[in-house]
Amino acid sequence: MPAVQETVEQVRAIDVDQYKYGFVTDIEVDKAPKGLNEDIVRFISAKKGDPEWMTEWRLEAYRRWLTMREPTWARVSYPPIDFQDQYYYAAPKKQAGPKSLDEIDPAILETYKKLGIPLREQEILAGVQTSRVAVDAVFDSVSVVTTFKEELKKAGVIFCSISEAIREHPELVRKYLGSVVPVTDNFYATLNSAVFTDGSFVYVPEGVRCPMELSTYFRINEKNTGQFERTLIIADKGSYVSYLEGCTAPQRDENQLHAAVVELIALDDAEIKYSTVQNWYPGDAEGRGGVYNFVTKRGDCRGRNSKISWTQVETGSAITWKYPSCILRGDNSRGEFYSIAVSNGYQQVDSGTKMIHLGRNTTSRIISKGISAGRSQNTYRGLVSAHRKAANARNFTNCDSLLIGDQCGAHTVPYIEAKTASAVFEHEATTSKISEDQLFYCMQRGLSAEEATALIVNGFVKDVLQQLPMEFAVEAQKLISISLEGSVG
Amino acid sequence: MADVTPIRTAAETALAELFPAVKGRLPGDATIAGQRAEAFKSFVDAGLPHRRIEAYKYTDLRALLRDVPPLATEPSADAVEAARQWADPFAGVDALRFTIVDGHVVAGLSDFKLLPDGVEAWPLAAALSAGPVASGLMGRVAPAKSDPVLALNAALMTDGLVVRVRKDVALDRPILVRFLAASGAPSLIVTRILLVVEDGARATLIESHEGAGVAHHANTAVEISCGDDAIVHHLRANASGQAGVDLSTLGVDVGGRCAFTSVAMVTAPSLSRHQIFVRCTGEHSTVTLGGGALLKNRQHADTTLVVDHAVPDCVSRELYKTVLDDEATGVFQGKIIVQQPAQKTDGKMMSQAVLLADGPTMNNKPELEIFADDVQCAHGATCGALDDDLLFYLRARGLPKPEAEALMLRAFVGEALELVDDEAARERLDGMVAAWLAARA
Amino acid sequence: MLEIRNLHVQIEDKKILNGLTLTVNDGEVAAIMGPNGSGKSTLSYVIAGKEDYEVLDGEVLLDGRNLLEMDPNERAAAGVFLAFQYPLEIPGVATMSFLKAALNSQRKARGEDELSTPELMKRVRGAAERLQIPQDMLKRALNVGFSGGEKKRMEILQMALLEPKFCILDETDSGLDIDALKIVSDGVNALRGDKRSFLVITHYQRLLNYIVPDTVHVMANGRVVKSGGKELALELEANGYADYRTQAA
Repeated sequence: MPAVQETVEQVRAIDVDQYKYGFVTDIEVDKAPKGLNEDIVRFISAKKGDPEWMTEWRLEAYRRWLTMREPTWARVSYPPIDFQDQYYYAAPKKQAGPKSLDEIDPAILETYKKLGIPLREQEILAGVQTSRVAVDAVFDSVSVVTTFKEELKKAGVIFCSISEAIREHPELVRKYLGSVVPVTDNFYATLNSAVFTDGSFVYVPEGVRCPMELSTYFRINEKNTGQFERTLIIADKGSYVSYLEGCTAPQRDENQLHAAVVELIALDDAEIKYSTVQNWYPGDAEGRGGVYNFVTKRGDCRGRNSKISWTQVETGSAITWKYPSCILRGDNSRGEFYSIAVSNGYQQVDSGTKMIHLGRNTTSRIISKGISAGRSQNTYRGLVSAHRKAANARNFTNCDSLLIGDQCGAHTVPYIEAKTASAVFEHEATTSKISEDQLFYCMQRGLSAEEATALIVNGFVKDVLQQLPMEFAVEAQKLISISLEGSVG
Repeated sequence: MADVTPIRTAAETALAELFPAVKGRLPGDATIAGQRAEAFKSFVDAGLPHRRIEAYKYTDLRALLRDVPPLATEPSADAVEAARQWADPFAGVDALRFTIVDGHVVAGLSDFKLLPDGVEAWPLAAALSAGPVASGLMGRVAPAKSDPVLALNAALMTDGLVVRVRKDVALDRPILVRFLAASGAPSLIVTRILLVVEDGARATLIESHEGAGVAHHANTAVEISCGDDAIVHHLRANASGQAGVDLSTLGVDVGGRCAFTSVAMVTAPSLSRHQIFVRCTGEHSTVTLGGGALLKNRQHADTTLVVDHAVPDCVSRELYKTVLDDEATGVFQGKIIVQQPAQKTDGKMMSQAVLLADGPTMNNKPELEIFADDVQCAHGATCGALDDDLLFYLRARGLPKPEAEALMLRAFVGEALELVDDEAARERLDGMVAAWLAARA
Repeated sequence: MLEIRNLHVQIEDKKILNGLTLTVNDGEVAAIMGPNGSGKSTLSYVIAGKEDYEVLDGEVLLDGRNLLEMDPNERAAAGVFLAFQYPLEIPGVATMSFLKAALNSQRKARGEDELSTPELMKRVRGAAERLQIPQDMLKRALNVGFSGGEKKRMEILQMALLEPKFCILDETDSGLDIDALKIVSDGVNALRGDKRSFLVITHYQRLLNYIVPDTVHVMANGRVVKSGGKELALELEANGYADYRTQAA
């Protein structure tokens, strides 16, 4: 198993307390003053060059947000967040529309290099057109560079920053933005609606199979800057798109707030595959610092025979509050959720999914693998529901938890609601630890305790790793092992 | 949630006004009166639980309880005489029988004088006034503040039974408590049983809730304390008809090396919630919980249980079967908690539901909350229609459809009834399933 | 090869081995026989280094190196292989991946180069063929859903691949039908050589018809109570263990 070997070597290579990506890029930043009020919302809107309808949309969200309260039902605890003590806008200084890598701030390129993200642009420029991944790299809050645009254009695929889409494709944005996650959906989604600064927009036209995997790397950089991404992906009739999202963040002492909203819309016969590797700074060995990740992700299988598949590998963040969901509205539509959530140190994860069966013959599948180590708390929270008219709805759920060490917690909170006799729901969950006998067996064959643990953990999460595109799977496997470093005594 | 002050519903207002009006005639000494007032205050502070209270997510009592009838009064001689004629659902079971009519123990229909050596029993009202027995134990296993329904019980309980089985005494005959709601006008019936089974002792408690179709509201609490090495079985059956409300709480403390089993059978009434709180406080014990619910029309039945493993090496098993017809609603919420010291816990929970029509709703929430690493815990939940293939197989062998369905359903619920140790009692429960199925056909 | 001197072992305050002494020479196949509960499996676990066993006294040397001071994986790299009586299942880990991880860990520990994937595949396939293990089994998760016989064959495959110096077969014959027993025995016999020794733990004489031992040791109450040639096994088959139980007690 080469990946395991590699993983183990990588684990050895890094200092335990040294978060691999904990460095700060020093570039000039253009930012709004701390705090939030209507003026700041207008400032952000102006900065983004929003049309007036968008400014109004944001202000309406802001006014609504003022009446809302933070949700408290998740099994996470943290000191109260002072929303007036955050920066809501920070952008790298514009250098008049970069056209090539040379024009990009070298400090930014250096950051990517340290992250080890293969910015395919370089290969393309060198004529090595081997991999076909389009990267819409987000640095702090502004899309700095978007590649592959030309080739995508040929296929008719729109892949750009959300700000650009608001300006260039208002008819699509107005039709779909907020149609899956309404402005009033929840505290963080509403906040996002008011102040989102950037994110990706994808439109795949009817009958088009997107010629490459689309990818965005998010990165939180500026001190105390909340990151409010907004992503909107529309797969028109009979189209297909696979979208990859990967995240890293630099080390900070203060907690960083992140509240993204992702909306997916699949029309008749369309398919969207959305994969995430989340690796934000989880806090130090004592649990200080780390990112607060309060994300709303939802897909709407709006058309017949549509399909939306979420795959996530969550290893980072101090607190994760995230439930990528599917509304199975179209008849025969299908939703999938594959998740690996690893928690170590003092991390708190409350994550899962919702599969809401509304149409007939809808199917869903949930595979969740939680791994808790250190002093972390890891909760799976999921809802499967079938509406009265969701004849023949089918769900299969499997959620397994693995505990490493006796100071952590693993919790499972499934909600299963059936309102029709023809629905068949099956749910199974187990919690266990790596058995001493398994470890001994592996060690008898020559593996060290650490190698044996990595091997067994990789076996435990295999069903989910298989859902990721190859390159992502390898990266994810490394991340999981790095995250569990030091957890085996 | 908590910081929102809700407007009181009619039922809440009725309950709030009820206590001051009746507290003077409720049994108990000054200590008990103080405990009642405190429990009542905690109920008033919380109000009736609603869907935003997680434990009541699927049984919103604020919405479901329209009104509250007056507190039941002592039955007349005629009512007692009428109750005497009622058919005993557990006829033929060789038990020590106790009868509570409209929330009041009827000594003449109770076997206080037949108790064997080492077993003591008192009517609750008497025990509350006598002081020592009750004040030391009452509310210890099921603290009033932990739940609003329980708080209401602690405030308003009128009567019930206190039973003590002394150390190493094996009580072979089950204690059968018949709760008869006999009054012709709807009433609120609040009762409680306290069963103390001391170290090495054995006992079986059967609750039979019976009625005549009047929409009474019942609130029953059962507290069971199991000493070390005790073996305790508990059965609960409610076949009181379609009308009314039945809220019940079972609180159990399980000592070391114990075997505790509780099985509940629900076919009545209109709205019911049976909540179970089991705490494992001694090592090497086994807790087995099970139940069957058969619901039709617009019935709503909720089983909510929490098994709290506080110590190592205990085993818990839960098996619940729900059959839903018409527009009935079934709720199962089960939570296994494994605390940090509770290493080597082995917990398995299963909830299965069969929906017989397009109208019913089944809500399942099987939870695991685990803080210890060396454990084996699993839960499962399934929900769907009867297996078509199996149904076809049976019909191909010549069984008409209703009979084939009945056969399958009886077997389905039967798996949970298998947990009942007492053969005669199990047969009675199976009989209730058969009767329900026969009425359907 | 292997020297065990005066070994005393307990588990959870229960004494299992009581001054066991045993020598296995280079190239020797030694059989350990004894009634249930005599400590045979404990002996195999203690040599391989399972944690739960507390060594109170004595020593275990492999070519003069003290095994008791090593971690289980260090012992494996030093050449100790234990074919488990009940091989463990590792869900999600493909057999081939496991074999590669194990082999390369050992090679690395010994300062040897890692084996290339094609070379490894060649070796695994060759060994699998000899043990009549179908190729598709190598793609499945290790031991998951394997029959008892398949698991035992997989143990011998690992033994062949890892090329240990000192092999322990713990009740390898249990749960095998006659055909599987023959395949497994042929696999073991093919590995016999001057530089490789075996400790064959078994309750019955049957296995020793196929893997013919050089020496036979009888264990009772945590000690070797009698040693002899292969004829000793036949004698046990005829007379049972009753004599030894009383003798040891």
